[in-house]
Amino acid sequence: MNKKTRNTILNILLVALVVGLLCFFQSDTSSHSYAISIIERSVIYAVVAVAMNLLNGFTGLFSLGQAGFMAIGAYVTAILTIPVEMRDSVYYMNGIAGWLHDLHAPMVVALLIGGLFAAAAAALIGIPILRLKSDYLAIATLGFAEIIRAFLAAPMMDQITNGSYGLNNIPGFKNIFQPVALAVICIGIMVLLIISSFGRAFKAIREDDIAAEAMGINLFHHKELSFVISSFFTGIAGGMLAIYMRSIDTKTFQVMLTYNILLIVVLGGIGSVTGSVIGSFLINGGQEWLRFLDDDTFKIAGVHIPLFRPGFRMVVYSILLMVVVLFWRRGIMGTNEFSWDGLFGLFKRKKKKVSAGGES
Amino acid sequence: MSATTFAQHLLTGISLGGAYALIAIGYTMVYGILRLINFAHGDIFMISGYFMIFAMASFPWFIAIPVALIGTVILGVVIEKAAYKPLRSAPRMSIMISAIGVSYLLENLATYLFTAIPKAYPEIPFLKKILTFGGITTSLVTLLTPVLTVVLVVLLMQLINHTKIGMAMRAVSKDTEASRLMGIKVDNTISMTFIIGCLLAGIGAILYFTDRMTVYPYSGSLPGLKCFVAAVLGGIGSIPGAVIGGFIIGICETFLVAFGYSTFSDAFTFLLLIIILLVRPTGLFGEAATDKV
Amino acid sequence: MAENVLHVENMTMQFGGVVAVNNLSLDVNRGEIVALIGPNGAGKTTAFNMITGVYAPTNGKISFKGEVMLENHPQGKMVKNYLGENDGRYDKIIVKTPDQITNLGIARTFQNIRLFKSLTVFDNVLIARHMRSKANVFSATFCLNKKEEQENRKKTLELLRMVGLEKEKDEIASSLPYGKQRRLEIARALATEPELLLLDEPAAGMNPQETDELSEFILKIKKDFHLTVLVIEHHMELVMSISDRIYVLDFGKLIAQGTPEVIQNDPKVISAYLGVQEDE
Repeated sequence: MNKKTRNTILNILLVALVVGLLCFFQSDTSSHSYAISIIERSVIYAVVAVAMNLLNGFTGLFSLGQAGFMAIGAYVTAILTIPVEMRDSVYYMNGIAGWLHDLHAPMVVALLIGGLFAAAAAALIGIPILRLKSDYLAIATLGFAEIIRAFLAAPMMDQITNGSYGLNNIPGFKNIFQPVALAVICIGIMVLLIISSFGRAFKAIREDDIAAEAMGINLFHHKELSFVISSFFTGIAGGMLAIYMRSIDTKTFQVMLTYNILLIVVLGGIGSVTGSVIGSFLINGGQEWLRFLDDDTFKIAGVHIPLFRPGFRMVVYSILLMVVVLFWRRGIMGTNEFSWDGLFGLFKRKKKKVSAGGES
Repeated sequence: MSATTFAQHLLTGISLGGAYALIAIGYTMVYGILRLINFAHGDIFMISGYFMIFAMASFPWFIAIPVALIGTVILGVVIEKAAYKPLRSAPRMSIMISAIGVSYLLENLATYLFTAIPKAYPEIPFLKKILTFGGITTSLVTLLTPVLTVVLVVLLMQLINHTKIGMAMRAVSKDTEASRLMGIKVDNTISMTFIIGCLLAGIGAILYFTDRMTVYPYSGSLPGLKCFVAAVLGGIGSIPGAVIGGFIIGICETFLVAFGYSTFSDAFTFLLLIIILLVRPTGLFGEAATDKV
Repeated sequence: MAENVLHVENMTMQFGGVVAVNNLSLDVNRGEIVALIGPNGAGKTTAFNMITGVYAPTNGKISFKGEVMLENHPQGKMVKNYLGENDGRYDKIIVKTPDQITNLGIARTFQNIRLFKSLTVFDNVLIARHMRSKANVFSATFCLNKKEEQENRKKTLELLRMVGLEKEKDEIASSLPYGKQRRLEIARALATEPELLLLDEPAAGMNPQETDELSEFILKIKKDFHLTVLVIEHHMELVMSISDRIYVLDFGKLIAQGTPEVIQNDPKVISAYLGVQEDE
């Protein structure tokens, strides 16, 4: 059979496998709660990572404001989905604003509105900020994320965001398919954008913005587009995070969150969507299977390792980021995406190495 | 607000500004020479605080202070050699991510080693001595900080403008390759820049934390960003500019807190940054550079 | 009399205290190949940068196809520091970004090749078609513009064939040899469907044979694409063989203009730039 048919069949098989796996986990949620939790968190972070990659990796705009846009999406989603009957108890200190009390939306609508708010904020912020050089853009977006956080926690916002008390009683996902489907759709749209004419224009800006401009690409218009779209999906991911965590406050959205996403993007490969997804699963999965690093009672072969105590896992992650940046800049995927040809090529090369080794 | 209260706040602001100025100098010098925003500078300042805590636990203050300062300087130089030097020819994004990575590492390392619970900063006996004059009550450290800042800056300007190493620093800031061709030892010059920057940050840490009284892993994160804003406000690359920027931000922050807007004092600093970048990106004393097309 | 395509009037560029281009006036008419020559640092690329909107001229006016495209006069600090001429002659301020100027029909190549290095040869040219697409981001993302996308791909392939780079279409741009990179840059500029093409030292780094091929190439694309060409060049054989008229710049000022024969014999040009043949 030719390559195209082979690839189509393989794709169908892969999708069937994934769906089957999800059904398997969903069938017995209590014994698979760890796995479900990891999968849900991984897909949420994958969406932000791809959105960050769209901005940083594909358009070359180094923005560190992700935590701020996630906060907007999270708060809007939370506010709209907390059940009306619970609201008075959630806003117990200062009460909820009258017009907000009965305003409720189903999950998907709330997520979309959260994304739109984040996009609107990005549109406004973009106007002054996008003409700055890369280093300044990074600091300015970081600054805006902090301003957003201060704004959400401000006393005068108490009746809307519950100020510094945070929001709880956010209804969670009904099953594992909801977040996975949402993530697939979000990432799918971003991939379509990247392979479209506009995606190519973004890459041109990344490669050489002066040449891109000379080829008729309006820099501000396209940078703003990339920024707004990236922030839209970042906001949706923030909303999904709120639903996953069921309670949020502004401390959830400190700069550390952005740095964690940056780690995922760098590890997976700046400029690779597949890499961001893989990176997200590795880092979030790592939270579980590297858990022993934080455990001061853990023993290897009966020997107690004095290094292992709470906080060590994050140190290991930090060292990992430094190692990747210094010695393995391209990350896992470099700028490549997943392809069946690529995968088979990888195995062929490994086989060649083995057989060549055997013969000599 | 009465005159004495105003004067009291002004004094506090100038003192805070002095500490900020010392840290801001580190940012502006490193940016001038490497075109890098050293995201980790604020965290080096934080680790310096911890060094002091451990030094004071083992030595009397007149030994502890030099030990802590030397430790800070060594940390800065190690970071430069390990995390920045290998990436000098790499694309800009890589070295920025490296700086972020160092910041990330230092914060997580501090959380791991010292826990997130704030640790008490030791008292250096004479610094906390209370003085009163003209209706104003203050501690010695508050008065000492701006004075010490000005003295150190004057010394630094002497170094930059009248010594060989200073000239080397100015040359490398302008054109690294040409400096290398002229026989200047670029690596040593860059190390020297970090040594001075970290030394000043270490002194700033002593003055700042003596007032604050506690250190925790994120103590340096926000002050670090604020000091970067101070450096931009003054004109990135300009040392007098960084000092003036530091004082302006210190005073503004103090008065904002005094007027009851403490939740906004951090946001205000970032708002200031954005306004500067839009209205006058070169800052108060910086020079504009045009790109050759 | 051929239609005037580009009219540059009293264009001056002053950076700080340095006047890089001083009161330059030139015209390019439909179908002509006009050359701008002069020693290094004479201000030729600066002139290109003003015409294409990278720099706003300190003073002067530029018209394209009879309509004023750019106009400026000294402002702010420059009012006191202006060292050029014709101060006060222009009162309007018309500024355009480079992409707006490309949209009007002026395309350019760069002195130091500015290809999209890590993208393929094909994508380099395809990207230049983006500005001519009518699709907005939604229709492009959701593949509603399939016809336009296919059209663009077809045109890109045609262009690559015309410049002889069809076989290398999937190669990474930076892996091409220097001469091919220059041809790719020209193909990319042509993809924007320009009427006026600005070439900045297209023969730089080429040997005599490659330069001859380039001469043929420029004449061919001029004919096939109905172009008007303004070229900066140091290779005198190329300049003299294909130019209809030549402008000579020295220290930012125009010192001579005319046909190749006139320029070759102009003493000012010879002493400033061309050099005198040594008698043995």
